[in-house]
Amino acid sequence: MHFELVQNFPFFTILMCLISAVLCSVLNGKAARLVNTILLITVTIMSVMVFGFVLNTGESYVYMMGHFPAPWGNEIRVGVLEAFMATFFAVIMLLSMIGGHHKLIEEVDEDKHRLYYILVNLLLSSLLALVYTNDLFTAYVFVEINTISAAGLIMIRQIGRTIEAAVRYMIMSLLGSGLLLMGICMLYDLTGHLLMSNIKEQVQILASDPSSQVPLMITITIISIGLCIKCALFPFHAWLPDAYGYSTVSSAAMLSSLVSKGYIFLLIKIIYRVIGFEVYKDSHIMNILFIFALCGMIFGSVSAIRETDIRRMIAFSSVAQIGYIFMGIGMGTKAGMVAAIFHILTHAATKSLLFISAIGLTDVSGFSRRFFEITGSGYRNKIAGVGFTVGSLSMVGVPLFSGFISKYLFASGAVQLTGKMMPALICLAISTILNAIYFMKTVIRIYTPIQNDKYLSIRSRSMKLYCLTIVLFVAINVLLGVSSHPVVEYIEMGLEMFS
Amino acid sequence: MSKKRPDFDYERTFSYKFNKWLSGTEDPYVGKVEMKRQRRRKISPETVQERMRERHKLQEKVYDASDNKILVNFDKLYRVVAVLFCVILLALLVWNVSYLPPIGAVDKAVNNEVPERYIESGLEEIGAVNFVTGMILDYRAFDTLGESNVLFCATITVLILLQISDKKKKVLDEDMLFEPHDDPILRMSSRILVPVIMIFGIYVVLNGHLSPGGGFSGGAIIGSGLILYQNAFGFKHARKIFNERIYKTISATALATYCLCKTYSFFTGANHLDSHIPLGVPGHILSSGLILILNICVGMVVACTMYTFYVMFRRGDF
Repeated sequence: MHFELVQNFPFFTILMCLISAVLCSVLNGKAARLVNTILLITVTIMSVMVFGFVLNTGESYVYMMGHFPAPWGNEIRVGVLEAFMATFFAVIMLLSMIGGHHKLIEEVDEDKHRLYYILVNLLLSSLLALVYTNDLFTAYVFVEINTISAAGLIMIRQIGRTIEAAVRYMIMSLLGSGLLLMGICMLYDLTGHLLMSNIKEQVQILASDPSSQVPLMITITIISIGLCIKCALFPFHAWLPDAYGYSTVSSAAMLSSLVSKGYIFLLIKIIYRVIGFEVYKDSHIMNILFIFALCGMIFGSVSAIRETDIRRMIAFSSVAQIGYIFMGIGMGTKAGMVAAIFHILTHAATKSLLFISAIGLTDVSGFSRRFFEITGSGYRNKIAGVGFTVGSLSMVGVPLFSGFISKYLFASGAVQLTGKMMPALICLAISTILNAIYFMKTVIRIYTPIQNDKYLSIRSRSMKLYCLTIVLFVAINVLLGVSSHPVVEYIEMGLEMFS
Repeated sequence: MSKKRPDFDYERTFSYKFNKWLSGTEDPYVGKVEMKRQRRRKISPETVQERMRERHKLQEKVYDASDNKILVNFDKLYRVVAVLFCVILLALLVWNVSYLPPIGAVDKAVNNEVPERYIESGLEEIGAVNFVTGMILDYRAFDTLGESNVLFCATITVLILLQISDKKKKVLDEDMLFEPHDDPILRMSSRILVPVIMIFGIYVVLNGHLSPGGGFSGGAIIGSGLILYQNAFGFKHARKIFNERIYKTISATALATYCLCKTYSFFTGANHLDSHIPLGVPGHILSSGLILILNICVGMVVACTMYTFYVMFRRGDF
């Protein structure tokens, strides 16, 4: 079997991230930033090429990591969905890093910038590995890297609240990792394998055997709950608002749009490639996730309405949006899963846009994040105002933006269900109204003109890179909203390759 | 013939000052130490009582359950739920364990073709006498690569949290005054122990593919040797053998070597090319391909990580 050069690229991207992280540790802050930017651009280009290749051949392939084939050695697996996700993650990370750069300089000690870029490179490597891996233990190792580097990203801005948030995040996240590890151990004990496809074969046999129902059920529960804690599904979301609300803005954007999404993607991968969709559906854990998700959609939005701090409001909105994603997973149909994956993309593109533009608004309001102070800030920083408005409209689900498509997909997925249709539709409706309340409240506030403006306005010309990122984010949002058809097709194709 | 000292030099000496003090011409404290007569505070019994009353009032308010009932209730609820959660999780796991196949059973699912190949053909395929090292550094090398990056990542995070930035370095030097002074017993014993520990650590690292041990355990031993050395001789000496520059150089070199070696072997492996790395004779020190180099790299990373953790938690700087 001869390999083309493109097929090596997924492996190259992961190793490049690791090597450049090591490289950054001996460079100074500026050089590290350059390395990081070049890395992100290269990873994007390589992932696009891999995506094109897989799309052309129409089938996934496995890549052996070393001289030994799969059950003995490690391997990664590349399909349409994996390559698409890798591209998307790299693009969002690049934009978040550029958009938040001026805040990083303000908020972080100069001699720690280098460390920040190391962590970002490691985070990217772990995300790519989580996306591509075909081995449960490899997934766990990179989950560790993901967790630790995310905690570092939170506390790099050293004020009291971020340290507290990082400690909280660490405790909750380690609980999640521990449960995941226990689940993997049990699965290994039951099936004798760590490779996803081999476990799946064994699980199919175990599922028909009544005596192994209980351990299988408990294992599935533990793995699912562990990953839910890590991506802040509703009852486990206590760490989220502080972590997203007070960390430096690039970190907040990356945490909300990439870190939690990596875990969700891993869960989807486990559902399809480890447990098997039918077995997972029969285990009823899906219904529990569904209930959690519905509660999260309502309570996350209610908390966001009660919040008076714009960054924390956006953070609470994440709880609601993660609820949406899990509602899609909990539906237990292919349509629901497609909607969930599409919402991962939507939320990643929109939430980072909201964080980046919110920081532009608070900058022209005397660095205050209170709602009272940001009145009229949409006029003082025009591009940030536009960005925030577009993000809000997308989150509420106005046509032309990506949020509308995901809500449409959720609704059409819910209609096909028998038992869960009414609760799903009702909660979707209520949550949309609540979303509209808090986002439109903010948009109206930032466009309320005030007399005797005491704050200076910012010319867009003075921060070209920031404007560019917001324009690109808006473009991604509109692109996802207008030409959603090919994206949905890729997702369906990728899910087909999964099973 | 003694050399005559200049006057200003002589005036600084202890004996000159002592003579002056003895003759009564100068008081060493006057003008140098701030001396003020303390005014005696009048404390009447009423003020004491008032102060006590205020304090009681404050204490009552702070610890009064009626004033912050929500907090108290939350505290109770929190404890109950935490205990309940732990008990449920424990019960769940114990219940689950009773269903799992017993340890050591022959027909257990774990005893399949995977460990069979590791044990039976590991020696000829990898060339490592120690199967475990062969497994973690060659068969499943990608996991181990990730694992050593976990250590690197953890060190970076600890540096972010605890390293004192340049602005605050001044405070740090004053902090050195509180360092424990030389302990002759500790010094003497560590003079004997540290070389032994180091050599043992290096032995464990180098023989990772021949005997139990390897990079992770050997690195931990070397790291503990460094920590003992620092404890006995203080930061001033320890900085000569391990400072931030050396940390950066060692960890970057080791990890970069590791990554590049593995890139080569993954690339050749996946593309079905010959790696051209001789396996050597099993049992020799120079055998089993890249494993020796990888073990050294892992050992260096682990030792650096151990010592950096210790130093950061102790002082916040190398």
